[in-house]
Amino acid sequence: MATEILMPALSPTMEEGTLAKWLKKEGDVVKSGDIIAEIETDKATMEFEAVDEGIMGKILIAAGTEGVKVNTPIAVMVEEGEDVPAAGAAPAAKAEAPKAEAPVAAPAAAKPAAPAPTQSPDWPEGTKMKTMTVREALREAMSEEMRRDPTVFLMGEEVGEYQGAYKISQGMLDEFGAKRIIDTPITEHGFAGIATGAAFGGLRPIVEFMTFNFAMQAIDHLINSAAKTLYMSGGQMGAPMVFRGPNGAAARVGAQHSQDYAAWYMQIPGLKVAMPYSAADAKGLMKTAIRDNNPIIFLENEIMYGKSFEVPDVEDFTIPFGKAKIERAGDDVTIVSFGIGMTYALEAAAKLADEGISAEVINLRTLRPMDTETILASVRKTNRCITVEEGWPQGAVGNYISSVIMQQAFDYLDAPVINCTGKDVPMPYAANLEKHALLTVAEVVDAVKSVTYR
Amino acid sequence: MAAKKPAPKSNVSADELKHHYREMLLIRRFEEKAGQLYGMGLIGGFCHLYIGQEAVVVGLEAAAEEGDKRVTSYRDHGHMLACGMDPKGVMAELTGREGGYSKGKGGSMHMFSKEKHFYGGHGIVGAQVPLGAGLAFADKYLGNGRVTFAYFGDGAANQGQVYETYNMAELWDLPVVFVIENNQYAMGMSVARSTKSKTLWERGAAYGIQGEEVDGMDVMAVKAAGERAVQFCRSGKGPYILEVKTYRYRGHSMSDPAKYRTREEVQKMRDERDPIEQVRQLLLTGNHATEDDLKAIDKEIKDIVNEAAEFSKTSPEPALSELWTDIYA
Repeated sequence: MATEILMPALSPTMEEGTLAKWLKKEGDVVKSGDIIAEIETDKATMEFEAVDEGIMGKILIAAGTEGVKVNTPIAVMVEEGEDVPAAGAAPAAKAEAPKAEAPVAAPAAAKPAAPAPTQSPDWPEGTKMKTMTVREALREAMSEEMRRDPTVFLMGEEVGEYQGAYKISQGMLDEFGAKRIIDTPITEHGFAGIATGAAFGGLRPIVEFMTFNFAMQAIDHLINSAAKTLYMSGGQMGAPMVFRGPNGAAARVGAQHSQDYAAWYMQIPGLKVAMPYSAADAKGLMKTAIRDNNPIIFLENEIMYGKSFEVPDVEDFTIPFGKAKIERAGDDVTIVSFGIGMTYALEAAAKLADEGISAEVINLRTLRPMDTETILASVRKTNRCITVEEGWPQGAVGNYISSVIMQQAFDYLDAPVINCTGKDVPMPYAANLEKHALLTVAEVVDAVKSVTYR
Repeated sequence: MAAKKPAPKSNVSADELKHHYREMLLIRRFEEKAGQLYGMGLIGGFCHLYIGQEAVVVGLEAAAEEGDKRVTSYRDHGHMLACGMDPKGVMAELTGREGGYSKGKGGSMHMFSKEKHFYGGHGIVGAQVPLGAGLAFADKYLGNGRVTFAYFGDGAANQGQVYETYNMAELWDLPVVFVIENNQYAMGMSVARSTKSKTLWERGAAYGIQGEEVDGMDVMAVKAAGERAVQFCRSGKGPYILEVKTYRYRGHSMSDPAKYRTREEVQKMRDERDPIEQVRQLLLTGNHATEDDLKAIDKEIKDIVNEAAEFSKTSPEPALSELWTDIYA
């Protein structure tokens, strides 16, 4: 019986990929375990092995095709003597099981994050724009800064020869060489300390943590060594450096790999904390981070790496720290968010607009320094506020924002501030449970309705 | 502890010996004064004295060149004096005054001097080890030929990050001398109670790092070993480990009841192995100095320390506005 071969999901966050190369041609005998194709994912080029035996009946997607969605039929396998069925007639039953899995991976990111109408002070109207992914923006920012300043270097696990665990540093080893793109052993505590010492010694390290979950091994150096030395030395020496990597939940990777550290690092005097949402944020904030003379915690998100946004096509585009961006103007309620939380906030705002509720959406971009002025000005206008983040509710970033509003704009509030957060549980693995543990757009919509008494 | 070392080689000059005597005595008298000021309530919090270990830093500083770096733990007063930092600035930091090296914001455990290439002063046991390797990483990256001394104790030698650092320092041939100041007690835990390793320096072999054990009560032996280590690192061969066997006469900190060892053990060490007394005897028996010469040095040191103590009492407390400075560069 003819069997469809489907585009596989080769990483937890893969939604589509490039069918780089076919290694079997039509008519070839395929044995179980044979490599039939090479597929480029958002992370790497992977070999795709055949599960079933048979004959390559028909190739449906030509080599070199980009943007092939997971679970798209890419070829049809037949048994000996069997005819290739007409296109579309192949049995679809096999597609059912995997189909259920992949989309669940990223509920919030299911739609491409369309650039919302902005009131951005970052670039003048009419600026030439280009489309790029968050991943490309981060890479471009680091590369530009490394070309500008020879003391900047990148250090971390698999940043060099592997081309980056999430392909952020792809190609950088070729350009900058092994002296400046440094593969480390798996030893976060040690290399975070070495990088901090190198910063004391006059360099500007960028430390990539494969994910911020692993930075818990190293957090003593981030806080006690990097953040506090300037103060302890009476201003004589500090650590101009960037600690960066994916933060927060990815998809289906379980409790130990799915945590948002925004609220943790935001608490520390001496650190600055950036958490970009868009590719423009990523590019502009990263360049600012590398030039800053302080230790920066730069919290990225794996699910956002592959998302495309418009980025100003100008030389040396930077975004200042401590300046929030009103991503969408509105009158009825203020929604404050940052990082991947913005995807929930903007989707909710679009839904609310359909129901006649006008939400103003603020993208904080940096949590320390935090642009509370922009929040307060908005709240004084809308008289209502909700905060949106993926992290846990107790000690959340939103708790702090609520307290600032309460102390500085209490008389303007027409409703209590609501903090929309992830659920107060370790991240479960099961697809349905994970979906419930994360924040949902519906919860954001409900919260807005609650504060607007609709 | 190894047997007492033989008399110094003939090529050791009287001036050099006198220099070591003077430097070690400065640390001892400074620390004794710090102990007094602590007792008077002028110094607060934790205060870890270096008395007994003076030959370690004085010997190694004699092997260092201008521009070489050093980083250590919270038992740091001796390191700062030995690398040429001003005793007044150090003592005023102990008393938390404006004239201190960190304007009073660091305290006994956290002092730094960019000018003297002293990078602290770190309070988390073992954290200074990767920081020191990082300083060496920067020097190698910049190609400036400098060497870093990363000091840590026998207690820190059991921290995991030390071994992560050994691995990368050897992997990348970093010019760092790992100095294990084995004073035999990690707070109250003796080395014998904390590990079955016969030595600490030999653990480096697992990472391919060479090293040696040194008599840390003999300043000339420390200097000679330091010169070997520095030469090794500066020539691009990577890191080197010195396990310097030393002894701390005082408690771990000022509040240490010292129940983990006997008075006799401490007294025996002071009587038989004292690093300053050893040099004093060499100077006298070798006719390099008279009692009067040494008295003059003693007087000079006493004056320096008294001046530092006076400064540390009269320097004002930092302005309240200092609370909010130096958080961001």
